[in-house]
Amino acid sequence: MALLEVKNLGISFGGLRAVDGLNLQIEKGTLYGLIGPNGAGKTTVFNLLTGVYKPTIGTFALDGEVLNGKSQAQINHKGIARTFQNIRLFSKMSVLDNVKVGLHNNCKYSAFAGVFRLPSYFKQEKAMNKEAMEILKVFDLDKEASVTAENLPYGKQRKLEIARALATHPKLLLLDEPAAGMNPNETEELMQTIRFVRDEFDMTILLIEHDMRLVSGICEQLTVLNFGMELAKGETSAVLNNPEVITAYLGE
Amino acid sequence: MKKSVSNLNPLTKKNFITLLICVVIFAAVQFWQASGSMGSLYQGLLVPICIYVIMAVSLNLVVGYLGELSLGHAGFMCVGAYTSSLFSIMTQSTISNSLLRFAIAILIGGIFAAIFGVIVGIPVLRLRGDYLAIVTLAFGEIIKNLMNVLYVGVDNNGIHIAIEDSTKLNIDYTNGGKIILNGPQGITGTPRDSNFIIGFILVMITLIVIMNFVNSRTGRAITAIRDNRIAAASVGINVTKYKLIAFALAAFFAGVAGALYSHNTASLSATTKNFGYMMSIMVLVYVVLGGMASLRGSVIATIILYALPEVLRQFNDDINNYRMLIYAIILIVMMLINNNDTIKNKLNQFKNNKNKSPKGKEPETVKEAEV
Repeated sequence: MALLEVKNLGISFGGLRAVDGLNLQIEKGTLYGLIGPNGAGKTTVFNLLTGVYKPTIGTFALDGEVLNGKSQAQINHKGIARTFQNIRLFSKMSVLDNVKVGLHNNCKYSAFAGVFRLPSYFKQEKAMNKEAMEILKVFDLDKEASVTAENLPYGKQRKLEIARALATHPKLLLLDEPAAGMNPNETEELMQTIRFVRDEFDMTILLIEHDMRLVSGICEQLTVLNFGMELAKGETSAVLNNPEVITAYLGE
Repeated sequence: MKKSVSNLNPLTKKNFITLLICVVIFAAVQFWQASGSMGSLYQGLLVPICIYVIMAVSLNLVVGYLGELSLGHAGFMCVGAYTSSLFSIMTQSTISNSLLRFAIAILIGGIFAAIFGVIVGIPVLRLRGDYLAIVTLAFGEIIKNLMNVLYVGVDNNGIHIAIEDSTKLNIDYTNGGKIILNGPQGITGTPRDSNFIIGFILVMITLIVIMNFVNSRTGRAITAIRDNRIAAASVGINVTKYKLIAFALAAFFAGVAGALYSHNTASLSATTKNFGYMMSIMVLVYVVLGGMASLRGSVIATIILYALPEVLRQFNDDINNYRMLIYAIILIVMMLINNNDTIKNKLNQFKNNKNKSPKGKEPETVKEAEV
């Protein structure tokens, strides 16, 4: 059984069908790409899968558990984490704290223990710091741990978002245009990081991307969306050579 | 925890200095009092300053850390003041130790205020921004007005509560029954248990609790919600729950401040000036001018801004007449300084010069961050 099973998923905003009858099966450990021209509904798919929007039709299930209708927090508990197209960091908090917020549900102690500094506070905080630093090391951010997130350079902010999402121990990681605004060198580096994350954390990754070099470089399978509907699906090289896909991107 | 200042991580060091400032101020005031040169005007300011510091610090949790503008903070203070007063009067004969009685009264005031915080918070915290501000303002006024129509009496049969009219209480006056809370006339005869030392201890407790709270897992979740609500939800934080926790904790300390207030006055009644929007906005002014999410700022701004008009009052008429004008000018100047980048940069430069090489220090602070 596939890790993520999306069946006939759709949402309408008034009369507009932003996503219509989407089917996706993502196997565990795959690097799956979701591409399509601007306005095709890619980010809407992410918003549906993370509970920001509730689907009007269809279902999606992670590991066989149907998740539609659940809140954002609940869906994250079940194992879907995401990053955002326009970076959404906790900008006034330190880099380390950003990741520690991600660890929120994995290192638990009560508010009471926090206020009165019970032993569980010190134990859990220590464990949190250790794990957060380990995650930051993966993204080469460990030296900036005490920097305020908004003062990081753009590329590192994108990395920090991925680090924060990983800290929630997801089964499925959704990356919304991870390479947006990066130069070719940074993109190259990002591709290596994404591959590393997949191998090291045994992660399944679904990503939206416009940068075709990144898509063809790391994605194993693709789904192409156009006007909210699936246009093509399959192995990356086959899909990218599909004449319909080329038409959708470049016009007649 | 407090081995030495240099050993603490930067955040705790900051908090430690804030607490130190409070202790120094307290010691200075104690010294001043002991020397006998402190006038009665200043004596009278001490407890109110503690009350408003607690109010400002707790409101900062909502406004500064949670990032929601609450204009009903005085309402929770009102709840705390009335419930603690009722408790103190009812148990005045049974609990003879005034310190113990007051401690329980403070706790009761805080808990009732926190309960009101949760009740108000559940509908209100679904809103954001201006809407939340308006609704909290309304709830604050509702609480105040509710207290003005509430009648509570006690006799051999127990406690009687009525709304509208004291005759509806049906109190048996023959056996020592009496009205405690008499509608708009409020409560008279609350034991005057408040004093500066208790006030100071409560300020310290409030500061330590809120500092620890902000600096914990729960506090981080709240700050994360302020910085980016959607991202916070996306990493599995239950936004409503944590907003409610912050709101209830702030209400709790407002209730504590209320208890301190009601045990410092001979007769307690709810007016616009003490528990209405005027008070809420005054406390908000302290918070905003002290700096959002800066507890030290709240403490200092409250002390200066509360004491200032009263201190100016004692000068000769030339100054006294312009008391409020001077107050207004100082408010404006503080606001300008707060929002002026040039001045801020100058201050930061000054700070950096003092620390000499902040860059060389960075790797060290990373290590220290590991608790």
